[in-house]
Amino acid sequence: MQITVTVNGAEYTRDVEPRLLLVHFLRDELGLTGTHWGCDTSNCGVCVVLLDGLPAKSCTVLAVMADGHEVRTVEGLAGTDGSDGLDPVQRAFSDMHGLQCGFCTPGMLLTSRALLDRNPDPSEAEIREAISGQVCRCTGYENIVRAVRAAAERAGTVTS
Amino acid sequence: MQVPAQFEYERATSVDHAVALLQRYGPESRLLAGGHSLIPMMKLRIANPETLIDINGLDELGTIRLDRDEHGAQLCLGALVRHAELLASAVAGEHFPMFHDAERVIADPVVRNRGTIGGSLCQADPNEDLSAVFTALRAVAVVQGPDGRRLVPVREFHVGPYQTVVEDSEILVEVRVPVRPGGGSAYTKVERRAGDWAVAAAGAALWLDGGRVAEVGLGLTAVGADRFGAPRAEEFLRGAPATEESFAEAGRIAAEHCRPVADQRGPEDYKRHLAGELTVRSLRRAAARARGLEA
Amino acid sequence: MTTHAADTTPMGFGSMRRKEDARFLRGKGRYLDDIVLPGMLHAAILRSPHAHARIVSVDTSAAEAHPKVTAVITGETLTGLGLAWMPTLSHDVQAVLATDKVRFQGQEVAFVVAEDRYAARDALALIEVEYEPLPAVVDATRALDPDAPVIRDDLHKTDNHIFDWEAGDAAATDEVFATADVVAECDLLYPRCHPAPMETCGSIASMDPVSGKLTVYTTTQAPHAHRTVYALVAGIPEHKIQVIAPDIGGGFGNKVGIYPGYVCAVVGSIVTGRPVKWVEDRSENLMSTSFARDYHMHGEIAATKDGTLLGVRVKVLADHGAFNNTAQPSKMPAGLFHVFSGSYDLKAAHCAVTGVYTDKCPGGVAYACSFRITEAVYLIERLVDVLARDQGWDPAELRMRNLVRPEQFPYRTALGWEYDSGNYPQTLRKALDLAGYAELRREQAERRARGELMGIGVSFFTEAVGAGPRKHMDILGLGMADGAELRVHPTGKAVLRLSCMTQGQGHQTTFAQIVAEELGISPDDIEVVQGDTDQTPFGLGTYGSRSTPVSGAATAMVARKVRERARIVASAMLEVAPSDLEFAKGRFHVKGDPAASATMAEIAMAAHSDLELPEGVEGHLDATCVYNPPNLTYPCGAYVCVVDVDPGTGQVAVRRFVAVDDCGVRINPMIVEGQIHGGLADGIGMALMEVLAFDADGNHLGASFMDYLLPTALECPSWELGETVTPSPHHPIGAKGVGESATVGSPPAVVNAVLDAIGVRDADMPLTPAQVWRSMQGRPLRTDVAVT
Repeated sequence: MQITVTVNGAEYTRDVEPRLLLVHFLRDELGLTGTHWGCDTSNCGVCVVLLDGLPAKSCTVLAVMADGHEVRTVEGLAGTDGSDGLDPVQRAFSDMHGLQCGFCTPGMLLTSRALLDRNPDPSEAEIREAISGQVCRCTGYENIVRAVRAAAERAGTVTS
Repeated sequence: MQVPAQFEYERATSVDHAVALLQRYGPESRLLAGGHSLIPMMKLRIANPETLIDINGLDELGTIRLDRDEHGAQLCLGALVRHAELLASAVAGEHFPMFHDAERVIADPVVRNRGTIGGSLCQADPNEDLSAVFTALRAVAVVQGPDGRRLVPVREFHVGPYQTVVEDSEILVEVRVPVRPGGGSAYTKVERRAGDWAVAAAGAALWLDGGRVAEVGLGLTAVGADRFGAPRAEEFLRGAPATEESFAEAGRIAAEHCRPVADQRGPEDYKRHLAGELTVRSLRRAAARARGLEA
Repeated sequence: MTTHAADTTPMGFGSMRRKEDARFLRGKGRYLDDIVLPGMLHAAILRSPHAHARIVSVDTSAAEAHPKVTAVITGETLTGLGLAWMPTLSHDVQAVLATDKVRFQGQEVAFVVAEDRYAARDALALIEVEYEPLPAVVDATRALDPDAPVIRDDLHKTDNHIFDWEAGDAAATDEVFATADVVAECDLLYPRCHPAPMETCGSIASMDPVSGKLTVYTTTQAPHAHRTVYALVAGIPEHKIQVIAPDIGGGFGNKVGIYPGYVCAVVGSIVTGRPVKWVEDRSENLMSTSFARDYHMHGEIAATKDGTLLGVRVKVLADHGAFNNTAQPSKMPAGLFHVFSGSYDLKAAHCAVTGVYTDKCPGGVAYACSFRITEAVYLIERLVDVLARDQGWDPAELRMRNLVRPEQFPYRTALGWEYDSGNYPQTLRKALDLAGYAELRREQAERRARGELMGIGVSFFTEAVGAGPRKHMDILGLGMADGAELRVHPTGKAVLRLSCMTQGQGHQTTFAQIVAEELGISPDDIEVVQGDTDQTPFGLGTYGSRSTPVSGAATAMVARKVRERARIVASAMLEVAPSDLEFAKGRFHVKGDPAASATMAEIAMAAHSDLELPEGVEGHLDATCVYNPPNLTYPCGAYVCVVDVDPGTGQVAVRRFVAVDDCGVRINPMIVEGQIHGGLADGIGMALMEVLAFDADGNHLGASFMDYLLPTALECPSWELGETVTPSPHHPIGAKGVGESATVGSPPAVVNAVLDAIGVRDADMPLTPAQVWRSMQGRPLRTDVAVT
């Protein structure tokens, strides 16, 4: 069936099978391979995108369910203030070494962005809770938490 | 990765339309709400519906409101209310803190953005949390079918693991929770890790009359309690002094009457122990809340 | 301690932002499943539902009739090509696709190639396989029973025995035990667990029918080893094979081996004439690719009555699954397990390891274990705690008293290892101080008096990493050396080519920093190339924490070679003898005349110019190096874990975790700390939740992330790190390797803490709430079987 999804601000109309998963729509139809997949059971969270502004596991959403909705992926995170610059959370992840293999990173970045949009000054406990549906095997989460804190602390000088 | 088998897809534009679609496509069709139980099962090809009827557009099922009429007040939760919305709902938390206790430990924050309370209830997983919460609260399910709406007490809603009274051409539209002043409630869960299904969990709603228990509701999950309930423990508590001794005895009764099954989350004796232990903890906390000693 | 990136790029060692971050932050990494080749087909594997069954028939006709299916490959197809079986890394063979029997649940039976991934999956349901189920051997402790079904009849075996292997001096050890004042013993299961990188394993094979060249994109930690194995297995000439590892979403040992799906993808490409992509799903990853551990151990420790440790004796039953595919140095079927005397000065030690087949998936390779050192450290660190408990000794004091002393290095252990360097008492003291050990014990006593269960666990580990010296260690006959090639371009920028392959460790940054340290070229000006066998020198890859010890040494050595060539060029430029030049801060200058100097960029340009060079000196500025390590490096660490246990539910909360690591010189401290953080989380996972259990029929009970639990941010505390630095005396830059240290060292600290809290002598991992509660009742569960 034909669907139209707004992804990172641009409208895409495609004819898809109803069973096509949103993660495959993004990766295979639109070539946005920054959204990864890591399990089949919505446990690992490497496929997280923002669906109408809220983190969602795109391996457990059908593309047809996103028809008429807005999706934001990691590719849409940089330059959202009109510049080519990185989002503060992206910069903070690099500064604080919040990523290693990079596979969970897109989902972690998007969840962090959504958290900060809702709660600009989250505590460590709130950050850990927010990312608790997403698994990272490399960082032991420590530097992800520090990165989100650093992004929050810097937000006073950078608009997001 | 694993992918679902092929199916037909329809989008309902109203509850009546959803019911009509269910009638048209018959028993091999399934309603699609948050999809966070159904889609993984379809990927694993454990569930293979021929048609999915997407009800995500039915905004009228997504509200939380407090209704007052001559019989009193009731909290009405639309079937499409997302777990995250229930967790964020001040009115739900104000009247029944156990909603927030439970929602904090249901799946994970991202899944809670999509998963719905109606989906959880209708999935009828024997380890599911809200079934126990609604059982404790003596909630009433509103089910709509071709012949209109009917009310089903949640305590009669489940007919077995993964089975409910909702017929093939019916849809759960709302869950109503009667509101009575002077109560407190709490939910306590043990899980192996954040986001896991319960090893065991217990919820308690308690209304006090002085030092005594005026009314009580208990709900247990993952321990093989008949329809998530603990009626004998409730019976014991009703009218009993609201003391540690009473709660301990209620926990003992609740544990005695459940039928846990061993799995990788734990052996039978441990789950039975938790049924009692968590019942006591929830009662203790519910009583403290009823007394205004705890938020 | 908190380390984060410096604002300016260091000219050498120091914390700096990773060069690889730029692409990952933007979603521009290029992982295997991101790669799309023209005309590429997609594959899926049909797997056995049975743990042990004879295959009666395989009917693929309906699948072949599917309009989008291009090919269906079965064991019969492969038999015709001589590829139905492939050699394992341990002198065994493994079925690529089953022909006679299936020997574990999830074993590969048929391979479907289709136009898209959805169709490939659909077609699996159209293949009909008739099985005749056989009784399964699931419990390793029953595998050698006389009436146990024989799994490997293909090898004409009459039992399930694989090997017996010993290390140490049995007689001397028995003597020590016979005369010891006190002995403690304990049964310990290190349960089967899984590396479970977030990216699963996969491969894209593309055979060019015209040139005969096979290109394989694959998630491999060891691209060169893979190429050689493909050549040996498939008979394709090695120069016609190019293996390319793209960005890898975590490896942890899971991406060392060659899996049947990879071989099938190659066959699929040959059969169809088109590129074929196969990527496993998560269930396949957990059910069929390399697991870790599965060691059933009986350990004994002997001591004097005043607390001097004397010896350790251990018997191991090693479950290797249906095919012996463990990836260890060839002469060491139990890997480096015989480092189990740990960090203590013992008189004698001995182990006997027996390997057995079971109807479970093959492997025994992986998960950041440094070749079975995880099991060894768990054994000794649990035994020390058990002994301390039996005797009423403080476990930290007992360790301190028996640690190898600084003046004993290089220290030869009772099992023959030569530890290179360390100051163990200093490392342990630092950890105890950081933790506030004495204060913690006081707090524990107070809480106990109130009925609260607080536990303090200590572990001390010695790792042995950087395999390895060629005379001792090889894999499939390939010596464990690594190459490096460095070329400085005319403008002074450089390219470094490595044989190892990052899976998130930050090689692009760290290795550039090594060159920067040696040559004074900014890390930003150095391109690091890895993962492509056509672009890089030969070497055995990244696992066993060997990249810094081996490839890092190769990099330092090749940079020094380039520096010496630069000296000759500079001597021609400055018209002095090479010996009259000194090198500092990226430039050569004439001794006593700092103004007469040439920068590396100036030297590089001159090396490519018409400058007349001394007779016999070639132009340009480059070098190659192969580094054959003279010894392993021996990092160490002391860990302290503090837990609180809920007495009513058995739930464990890890309150604090203090980790003091000594990995020698730290090239990029920020990256080192990140590596340690990840390993500490692994320890939480293995100690508290991760296990691959099987029921009596051989059904896999951890085949998805719903059942195989990995720690989240909520189970992990904020790690408290400290460091000591004792450089490796034989490594060119004194570095030791750190990637697996925390995974190796942390599980016993967590287990010791939990058992300390509940006052229980021993119980097996994972310490789930149920296991903790049952242990408190005196009835611990056996954790590797179905809970009943």
